[in-house]
Order: sequence, then C-alpha cells, then structure tokens
Amino acid sequence: MELSGGEIIVRCLKDEGVEYIFGYPGGAVLHLYDAIFQQDDVQHILVRHEQAATHAADAYARATGKPGVVLVTSGPGATNAVTGIATAYMDSIPMVVISGQVPTAVIGSDAFQEVDMVGITRPCVKHNFLVKRTEDIAETMKKAFYVATTGRPGPVVVDIPKDITEPGYKIPYHYPESIHMRSYNPAVMGHKGQIKKAVDLLLLAKRPIIYAGGGVILGEASEELTEITRMLGFPITNTLMGLGSFPATDKQFIGMLGMHGTYEANLAMHESDVILAVGARFDDRVTGKIAEFCPYAKIIHIDVDPASISKTVMVDVPIVGQVKPVLQQMIDLIQDSKMRPSEEALSAWWSQIDNWRSIDCLAYDRHSEIIKPQYVIEQLYQVTQGDAYITSDVGQHQMFAAQFYPFDKPRRWINSGGLGTMGFGLPAAIGAKLAFPDADVACITGEASIQMCIQELATALQYDTPVKIINLNNRYMGMVRQWQEFNYSGRYSHSYMDTIPDFVKLAESYGHVGIRVDKPEQVKDAIEQAFAMKDRTVFLDFMTDREENVYPMIEAGKAHHDMKLRVAPSAKTERELA
Amino acid sequence: MRHIISILIENEAGALSRVAGLFSARGYNIESLTVAPTEDSSLSRMTLVTRGNDHIIEQITKQLNKLVDVVKLIDLAEAVHIERELMLVKIHTTENSRAEVKRLNDIFRGKIIDVTAASYVVEMTGPSDKLDAFIHALDPDSIIEVVRSGPTGISRGEKGLHL
Ligand SMILES: Cc1cc2nc3c(=O)[nH]c(=O)nc-3n(C[C@H](O)[C@H](O)[C@H](O)COP(=O)(O)OP(=O)(O)OC[C@H]3O[C@@H](n4cnc5c(N)ncnc54)[C@H](O)[C@@H]3O)c2cc1C
Ligand SMILES: Cc1ncc(C[n+]2csc(CCOP(=O)(O)OP(=O)(O)O)c2C)c(N)n1
Ligand SMILES: [Mg+2]
Repeated sequence: MELSGGEIIVRCLKDEGVEYIFGYPGGAVLHLYDAIFQQDDVQHILVRHEQAATHAADAYARATGKPGVVLVTSGPGATNAVTGIATAYMDSIPMVVISGQVPTAVIGSDAFQEVDMVGITRPCVKHNFLVKRTEDIAETMKKAFYVATTGRPGPVVVDIPKDITEPGYKIPYHYPESIHMRSYNPAVMGHKGQIKKAVDLLLLAKRPIIYAGGGVILGEASEELTEITRMLGFPITNTLMGLGSFPATDKQFIGMLGMHGTYEANLAMHESDVILAVGARFDDRVTGKIAEFCPYAKIIHIDVDPASISKTVMVDVPIVGQVKPVLQQMIDLIQDSKMRPSEEALSAWWSQIDNWRSIDCLAYDRHSEIIKPQYVIEQLYQVTQGDAYITSDVGQHQMFAAQFYPFDKPRRWINSGGLGTMGFGLPAAIGAKLAFPDADVACITGEASIQMCIQELATALQYDTPVKIINLNNRYMGMVRQWQEFNYSGRYSHSYMDTIPDFVKLAESYGHVGIRVDKPEQVKDAIEQAFAMKDRTVFLDFMTDREENVYPMIEAGKAHHDMKLRVAPSAKTERELA
Repeated sequence: MRHIISILIENEAGALSRVAGLFSARGYNIESLTVAPTEDSSLSRMTLVTRGNDHIIEQITKQLNKLVDVVKLIDLAEAVHIERELMLVKIHTTENSRAEVKRLNDIFRGKIIDVTAASYVVEMTGPSDKLDAFIHALDPDSIIEVVRSGPTGISRGEKGLHL
C-alpha cells in the first residue's frame, strides 16, 4: 500500500487506536487535513483556538489514560498550542502534538508562518522531533507515542514540514509494531533491596502517613494504593493531583495536604515519623518551607523519574520504578512478613489525628444569605452523587472543588495543577465528555478563568458535548484578591473587571442554556435542573460571596504547622490538641 | 566542586541545544563544553565541565539522563581519569623576546606551528592547569589571542564509556 505523507500520519493515528484528534487547520497542514477528510477512522474535533485543542486532548488523556492527540498549523497555530503543551508537561500528561511546519527548503528563512517549534517547545516537552523525510514519518510517530506514554508520561511534539506531506509523493506504508530506543529505557521494577528496606521502615512506624500524588493515577495504581493503605491502617493524604487515587470518603483519608490542605493532613505530615511518598513530587505548594518540612520523618519515595527523587527534599529510601509493580511488591512482602504495625502506636496516632480533625478546618458559614462557593460544590456533589467528571479552572473555585467534592475514583478530577492554567476548564470538559459521553461532566470555574477559553462553547455545540458549567461568579479574581487581602493590605490591584458579561445571554447566543442563580435556596434546584437536561450544555452562573477566602492556608514560605485558619483554635484547644 | 561529565548522545540536530537549554533553564553553570562525533558516527561525545555541590551535580546528571537523546553519561571526577585540553596561543614576538618564548614553549612541551617576523602560534595540550601556567608565564602584553578547546577527558583503566 502506497501512501502520501499526509495519509501516513492519519494512518499512524488509526494504527495507534486514536479516536479523536483535536485541531485547527492552516496552510502548513492542508495536505494533512485533506487526508483527514478522506477517512472516518479518526474523528477530528475542530476547536475555536489551538490552546483549547491542547487542553481538550490533555483532558481526554487524563480521563482515559490514553494519549491525547493535537493537530495545529505552523507559526501562530503552533505558538497558540504552547500554553497547553506546557500545562500537560507540568502534570506529566501523555500527549502527541503534530504541528505543521514550512516546507523543508525554506526552513530558517523567516518564511511565512515559520516559527522554530522544536526550539520554542524544547523546555516544555518530554521530547520533540522535526521530521524531514516522508520515509521517517511512521517511525517517528511510533517513537512519539512510545515516549509520550511510557516512563514519566509527557507531551511530545512532532513538527511536520508541509512538503513531506505532499499528496503526489507516495511511499509504501509500514507502521512498526514496537520500537526500541537505545537512549530511552524508563525504569519499571523497583530495586528489591530498597523495597524491603521500605517495608521494614513502614512496619516499625509509630506515626506513619501515606502521601500519594498524581503518579498513582498516571500509573493506574489506585487499587494497589488502596490495598496497602487498608492493610497497614495508616492515614493517607493526597496532593491536588492525587485526589481520587484513594477513596476520599474512606475514614483513612485525611484530606488534601499543602497550601490549601486540611489542618489534619498538614499536621500529620509535620508530626509523622515515616512518610511513604508515592508518585508525588514534593512540590513547593505541598512542602511549604523546605527547611522545616517534616522534621521527624524518615521518607520513602516511589517515583518513576529519578530526577523527582531528592530534588527538593532529601529522602531516605528512594525507589525508582512504576508505582503499580512497586506497591504490589510491597503488599506481597507485608503479607509474607509476620510483623504488623504496632496497634498501640497506631491507635494513639489516630486519636491525635482525630483531635486535629475535630476542629473542622473546612467549616464555613452555612447560614449565609449570600451563596457560599463551598455550598455550591457540596450541592453539586449531592446531585451528581459524587460520580461526575469534574474539570476545573484555576483560582479559589479550584481549591473549593478540591476540598468539597470528595473523589472516590481516579481520573474524575481533571485540573491544571503544575502550571495552573486559567482557561483549562471548559475545553477540558469537552475532552472528558467526548471520552465518556454517558457520564456527567461539570466544569467548575470562575468568571475570570472561563473567559480565557469561552469561545469553546461553540465547539461544545458543534460536537454535542453537553457539559455543565458551574461558574462561581464572585466578580473578582478571587485567588489574586485573597493574596492581596492578606499581603497587600487589601489593595485590590487589577483583580477585578468592571465589565463582566451577562453569561446567561452569552450561553444562549452560543446555543446553550444559561441560568443565573442569586440565592442559596435556588442552588440545588438549579443544579438538578441543569443535569436533568441531559442533552444540553448548561451555563450555571452562581452569584457567590465576593470576599470568601480559601482556608486553611499555608502562606508562601511557611511550614506545615503554621496554617492560617478561618477560626484560629483557642490556646486551650491548641493545648488539648497537642 | 568541579565535575567533568562525559556524555554519549545521539548525533542528531538539536541534541546540543537540548543540553545547553537544560543548563540555562535550570540555572546550572557550564564552564566548558566540547562536542564531536565518535567512532560510531551516530553518536556524539560531549564533555561538560560544571561546578556545584553534590546535590546539584546529582540533579544535573539525573536531568541529563532524562533527556531522551542522552544514551549514557559518567561523571569522570568520580574516579581516576585523564584530562586534556588543547590550546592555541598567538604571541607577539620581538627580536629580544623570541628566544625566551621558544624556551618557555619547550619547557611546556608546546609546538610552534606558525611563525612570522613578529609572531608565533603555539599549540599546546595538557591538563587545563598546565595551560593556565603557560599563559601566566608569558608577558601579558605579548598575547595576541588565546583559543582553548575546554577540557575533554577519559577514565583510566580498561573500562570505557560506550554502548
Ligand atoms: C491555585 C493552586 C493551588 C494549589 N494548591 C495546592 C495544595 O494546596 N496542595 C497540593 O497538593 N497541590 C496544590 N497545587 C498543585 C501543585 O502546584 C502541584 O501541581 C501538585 O502539588 C503536584 O502534585 P504531585 O506531587 O502529585 O505531582 P504530579 O505533578 O502529579 O507528578 C507526579 C509524580 O509522579 C511521578 N510518576 C508519574 N507516573 C508515575 C508512575 N507510573 N509510577 C511512579 N511515579 C510516577 C512523576 O515522575 C512525578 O514525580 C495547587 C495548584 C494551584 C494552581
Ligand atoms: C493564564 C493565567 N493567567 C493568570 C493566572 C494567575 N491567576 C491565578 S488565579 C487567578 C484568578 C482567577 O479568577 P477566577 O477565575 O474568577 O477564579 P476565583 O479565584 O475568583 O475563584 C489568576 C489571575 C493564571 N493562573 N493563569
Ligand atoms: Mg472569580
């Protein structure tokens, strides 16, 4: 079978089992678009801005575990995709981005719509390729998928000059079954001796804690994590990216840790003697002040990327490998061992944790006459029975979602953690809905974030992806305003906009349903109504409390035991808690 | 501490910029960098001199290893090794100074590879500190140009860095 370069790319996608490709056409990719036109194996989703293509593909990957695929033209198409590529890179999301490039003969001549895509994306991709010959396309595509999805996943860019997709030049097509790259051999199994050491340490722990992150979800190891946590009876906390890796409604779950984590999770970290860190990367939002991070703890760290280990925090037992087999090996060792963690020590530890829990650090004013953002999320949880795919933008609403929507399953919580990209939520919801058309999908957003990719309401209509937009409209860039309240004496420099659109009308003009909600007593009904409209995208615009803050908060540069709470515990309570 | 990291990397367009980009993006310093293809033309060998405490060097080697094009690397400073640098120096000479420059060159086992009425070009290889010493021994006003390759190195003994 002889195919042109353009046809080869599309055929490679089919052979990789790609369902959707998110893209936007332009001069450099016209041959490719013509090849897409002539087949129906891979469905193209036309977004309204290339950034959205990357976010939608990224969310498709987060929801399914399969790589997301993007197609953009050269120059501005390629640069528009960069934010989304960096977003995927920071959260280790597998993605293949095909970018058009000017013809090989004019590369480097400042040709029309030329940018050095390989150069621009180098610092925010796992790897990238510039393909120069039609003959190299199939193998490069195979490498791209292989690199994107193995080891620590990440985005890979394949830059394709226009001339190598020329329809007139056809060559035999062969897609390699598998590929070997001598320079790329990601670890799988962990070191046995280290795993044994880790298990010994865990079984002797008196104040242990499991700190699990996005790597558990990326590595499909929620079952193993749940099993080992239950077996050991230890408290477990999740990073923002790890939410859903362990059932959040389980008693052993003590909430998210870090800057906006719970009182109990942060204090348990601080007081712990052994930490099992699983697929988490000791991000600064998690550790706070490094010098005072977990002063009493011996740390075990499982991570597939050796560079994540001892990067910011020195660890005692590093284990390089995939979480899934490593946790399984640990489970087997514990099962074979006669030792069990000291029940006495554990029960003392749990009663300490329950004391911390008792201050109810997430409590908020439930009798307010104004809609509290937390209340909206709680109602959303009720209506969707905790089983929706929730995407989010960036800001206070994101933190409220993380705190008030307990995820019991992995891959349900889809947000930009590492880069914190406003504009992520809506295209992400479309990507998730395409992946799971029968599931409930909601995008929790703020009036500032939603405007960064609002144009995707058109995409949602075109491809019939009925998602529900939960806009927590506080008429402020709330997260920015909160920092300005705390650190700049309330000088709200440019953290609000005078001209917020009428979102109801806006939704309607895009062909959707818009509902404005002003009163707490309308919240539940509105959400129910929205989800009852199974085949409509609904924009719910909640007028929320303008000055609500996210608590607890560890301010930048402070340590875990130095949290700002909504209601500070009295000195007496503090003594009792200690 | 000073470290000499020796890297086998795919001989592909852009491989060098991945390494250089990594150092600038992460704020590591590069004192020198040399690159050339090896006996296997699909591979390049890079020798990179950097400074940092153990923690930084560990991160540097991990981050380098993470680059998909990097096949293998070693930190030569971790074991006994040989280090050589090539230097070319153009020296202004006068009737009076010619003999002295020639004598210095002989002491340092250099080679005079170009001669004009008013200049010599000296070629010299050796560990970097020997080259420094030669430069210091010259009259600073006589130096027209110094070109140094930066160090390259190899470990002692029969083991080698190869596929
Ligand atoms: C406004 C805002 C506030 C935030 N506040 C908080 C907060 O309070 N608390 C918080 O936790 N975060 C917070 N974040 C998110 C934070 O910035 C980081 O994104 C997050 O903490 C990183 O999560 P993680 O450590 O789980 O790492 P991830 O980024 O998910 O990285 C995963 C790690 O696992 C490894 N890995 C991947 N796959 C595997 C595998 N198969 N096997 C083994 N290892 C694997 C990777 O190498 C990596 O080291 C906030 C973000 C924003 C935007
Ligand atoms: C693209 C981008 N620009 C700027 C920021 C900085 N930033 C973080 S949160 C935030 C405000 C978000 O406001 P809104 O969407 O209304 O959410 P709220 O905090 O009010 O819930 C800003 C500007 C960012 N994260 N991303
Ligand atoms: Mg807002």
